This record gives sequence, structure tokens and C-alpha cells, in this order.
Amino acid sequence: MNYDGEIIKNTMNNENKAPLIIEINHQRIERRIMINKIAKYVFLSSTLFALVVLALLLYRIGAQSIGWLNLGFLTRNLSIFPEKAGIFGAIVGSLGLMLIVIPVTLIIGVSTAIYLEEYASKSKIQTFIKINISNLASVPSVIFGLLGLGLFGRLLGLGSSILAGGFTLSLLVLPIVVVSSQEAIKAVPGFLKEASYAMGANKWTTIRKVVLPVSLPGILTGAILSISRAIGETAPLVVLGIPTLIMRVPTSVMDDFTALPIQIYYWTLDTVLTAEYANLAAATIVVLLSVLFVLNSVAIVIRNKSQKGF
Amino acid sequence: MTNYENKVVYDVRDLNLWYGNDQALKNINLKINKNEVTAIIGPSGCGKSTFIKTLNRMIENIPSVRTTGQILYHGLNIFDKSIKVEELRTRVGMVFQKPNPFPKSIYENVLYGPKIHGIKDKNVLQEVLETSLKSAALWDEVKDRLHDNAYGLSGGQQQRLCIARCLAVQPDVILMDEPTSALDPIATAKIEELIDSLKSDYSISIVTHSMQQAGRISDKTAFFLMGDLIEFDQTEVIFSNPRDKRTEDYITGRFG
Ligand SMILES: Nc1ncnc2c1ncn2[C@@H]1O[C@H](COP(=O)(O)OP(=O)(O)O)[C@@H](O)[C@H]1O
Ligand SMILES: [Mg+2]
Repeated sequence: MNYDGEIIKNTMNNENKAPLIIEINHQRIERRIMINKIAKYVFLSSTLFALVVLALLLYRIGAQSIGWLNLGFLTRNLSIFPEKAGIFGAIVGSLGLMLIVIPVTLIIGVSTAIYLEEYASKSKIQTFIKINISNLASVPSVIFGLLGLGLFGRLLGLGSSILAGGFTLSLLVLPIVVVSSQEAIKAVPGFLKEASYAMGANKWTTIRKVVLPVSLPGILTGAILSISRAIGETAPLVVLGIPTLIMRVPTSVMDDFTALPIQIYYWTLDTVLTAEYANLAAATIVVLLSVLFVLNSVAIVIRNKSQKGF
Repeated sequence: MTNYENKVVYDVRDLNLWYGNDQALKNINLKINKNEVTAIIGPSGCGKSTFIKTLNRMIENIPSVRTTGQILYHGLNIFDKSIKVEELRTRVGMVFQKPNPFPKSIYENVLYGPKIHGIKDKNVLQEVLETSLKSAALWDEVKDRLHDNAYGLSGGQQQRLCIARCLAVQPDVILMDEPTSALDPIATAKIEELIDSLKSDYSISIVTHSMQQAGRISDKTAFFLMGDLIEFDQTEVIFSNPRDKRTEDYITGRFG
């Protein structure tokens, strides 16, 4: 750009104005523009770094799974022979976990959020409970595994069944569901609740007919994100003592089971014994990532829909 | 309901109200008559909203609020333990400053009240829908799009929808807190016209910051100042011949 000092001259000509304190320093402005550009590229390269690593990972996994990921792999049972192995049992196991986690977290999580936001008085005790729920959300998942092992596995005698695993994963994601549901409920405008109360509605009617419908998209978004986190968890299940090799597909929630992340973990561990296990693990990762991708897409669609509503 | 035939709907006696330690209403005494429009005027912060929200006990949603005195509604003290706020608010409707329809269809908005009060009969609901929207002078504008979202209506239409929603509960009194302050002059004129036509069936108490509005639509006017009820009289008297110097100063625009 050819700068001819036009602006400076024009400003100088205006005699009505007070003397200028900030003079236009051409060099300084050029330097600032430079710094701005550099900053932009620093940030861009940080973003690219993450993207490149992700792309490499996906490429490696994709390449490894080629030839292994097919319909047979999805529908066969486990086997110690790589060519015959399939993850049908693990898919059923993961779905079984979801069957427990979804209702348990939604019912308990949303009820807790409703209680804390709408019923509990804004006292010190309530603040204390809220802070501790937030703290729980950051407890490492292994700890929840230990809790699950003690409480569900041993004390309630559920062993390493789908029920024990499902309850353990529910505990793990409950704090997140509670906190995100609370945020969604808090975002319901007060004037809508007032309108309901002013017509003689009581609290529960108002919650059921106004608060929940309006906050549902937000609640669901949080719930789906938490559920997809639960799907990918390995550590708590390992702690629960999920058996290494299960040939039988579970038929009830009391059965022992294996799940997608567990299968990835064990196959990766056993790559030292049988090299092809790496391909099986890669193929399973592709399946797991696909499930997560679908779940996250649903969450995004719901969120966008809800934003259109207001 | 002993005094139901009586002309007095609300009889406020020695009402005091505090937000924590701050007194917002000081020893208020006033009567609201049946089939009249009672305007509440005064500079902002004088307690107009507080007063009108006390009449249907919406003020109790604020935890720090404390009241003394009595408000007799058809002879019954609304603060009495035997009175349920849900029952009171079914007979005393409220229209707010900012139109606040639900993010639902026009149909669902109007029928919210009847439905929560247990009316299920489709024919009855349809009739309530139509009469409420007609009384709120909105029927002709929306009859072809009853199932569209209420957020598609203009501000003025939304406010009339809120009035229709309030009428659908078949109240006896309608409380309005500056119902036209968010609207343009044409929409305001429509609401004022509507208030005038509703007077024959309802008793209306309206807070307004516009003295012209109070003069146009009300029978009685109450002038509040810093939590005190300074003067309460026929609207003509308040505007032409006020007894209190402060009332005169306010209506002639000398302060506030
Ligand atoms: N929620 C509240 N908590 C504490 N004080 C309040 C609250 N609402 C209103 N007040 C106070 O009460 C007084 C009357 O307020 P308000 O009734 O809103 O006045 P108006 O509607 O006449 O403008 C004001 O001094 C205001 O600051
Ligand atoms: Mg006000």
C-alpha cells in the first residue's frame, strides 16, 4: 500500500480542533500490523498442529483397519484367531451399557438438577452441594471404577456384569449431566415462569409445562455428550475386572460382557503376542469413533435447533 | 365469599412491605372497585410494581420480602393461611411489562391456563380459545394461524395474546404492570381501547408511567411516592384538582 500521508495532512488542516496528542506514527502502525499478522499465524499453526496429529492418527488407524473392518468383523464373535475374530459381543456389551447409563443418568441427573435449581433454597448448604458436584465431575475415572467395584461389584454382588458396569459409568458421568442440566434450567427466562405462576400454576406444573420443554434441548445436549464420554471409558471397566476373553454374547444385564473400549485395550496389549491384533484394535477404534461421531452430531443438531427457538 | 355482591373487590388495609430492611410500601390503604380501572402512577422506584405484585402475592417469589397489614379480596385476607396462592391467582390475572408469551403456538398459549386447571373437553377449549382471543381483539388477526409460534407475532399482538391468555383463566381482576411501555403508539392505542372494553366484565388495576394514559383510561388514580400512597381519588380530581402539592407537582411534570 502506498501511503501518502493524506490523513495526517487533512487532520492538520482542521484548525478548529484541539492540538493533537496522538500523532500518527506511520512506522509504528506498520510494525503493529506485522505483529498482528505474526500472531495470526502462531495461532493458526497451533490449530493445525492438533489437526495434523488427529489426521495422522486417523490415517494410521484407517490404514491398519483396511481389510479387517467388514461386515463379518461386526457380526462375528470373539476368537483368539485374528482372522476369525469379530466384535459382535463388544457391540452388544456397549449397547447394553448405554441401556443402563441413559435412563439412570437422565432420571437421576435431571431430577437432581431440578431440585437444586427450582426447589432447594439458595442457602449455604446448597452452594456447598453445588460446588461438590462440580468437584465430582473432575474426579479421575479410575476412582469411579474403584467405587463401582466396591459398591456394585462386591457389596451388591453384581460382579462384573453389564449392570455393574452400567451403574459405574452412570456414577462417572452423573456430575456432568447434573451440572449441564442445571445450566440449561438456569437459562430458562424468569418471565416465562412468572407467566405460568401468575395463572395459578404451582411449581411442579410450571416445571413440567414450561421449564423442562424450554430447557430440554440444553439438557439433551449435555446428556448426549456425557453418554458419549461413558461409551469411550476403559479404566473403570478394567478396574471392575471385565474378563479378557469372552466368547459368549451377553443375553441379559446380569451377564459378564466386554465392550468396545475394553476390546481395543486388550487387543493393543496383546499385540506383542499376535501382530494382527493391532489391526483388530484399529478396526474397533474406527467403529467406536463412528459411534461417537454420530452421537456428537446428534448433540450439535439438537443444540442448533434449540438456538433457533429463541 | 360473604361480600361478593359488594362493589369493593380489593380492600387494602395498613399494608407495609419490606425488601430485607428496606421498606418499599408504607402503610397503604386503598380500595379497588368492581368494573373500574384503577391506575397506579408515580416516579420510578416509588413501589408501583411492588404494590401490584402484592395483590396476587407474586411478590412472595422474592425470598427477602416481608409484609404486614391486610389485603381483603372480596372480604378475605389474601395473607390468611387458608388462602392458596394458586387459587388467588386463578381469580386474579396479571399482564406484564414485557410481552411474555410461551415459545409455543398461539393456541397453546391461550389454553395454557384452562389446561393446567384441568379442562380437557376439546369443545370447551375451542370455545374458551375463541372468546378469549375475541375479547382481546386479536381473533381476526390470528384465526388463520392459531398453530403458528407466538414469537412470530408483533410486540403489540404478543401483548394482546398475553391478555387473551390471562382472560382464558376467567379472572375477576386483571393486574397490569406498565403493559404498553414496550410498545409503539399504535399498539398502545389498541391496548388502551381494549382495556376500556374489558372494564364492563373485569376490574382492572394498571400501573403506568404515562400520566396521559392514566387520564385516558382510568376511573380512579393512586399516586405513589417513595413507598407512600400520597393521594387516591377519582382520576378527574387527581388531574384537575389534586389536594396534595406533591401530586400537583408530579402531574404537572415538575418532578419525576
Ligand atoms: N427484588 C428486590 N429486592 C430489593 N429491593 C427491591 C426489589 N425490587 C424492587 N426493590 C426496591 O423497591 C422499591 C420499589 O420498586 P418498584 O416497586 O419496582 O418501583 P416502580 O415499579 O414504581 O418503579 C425501589 O426502591 C426498588 O429499589
Ligand atoms: Mg415497575
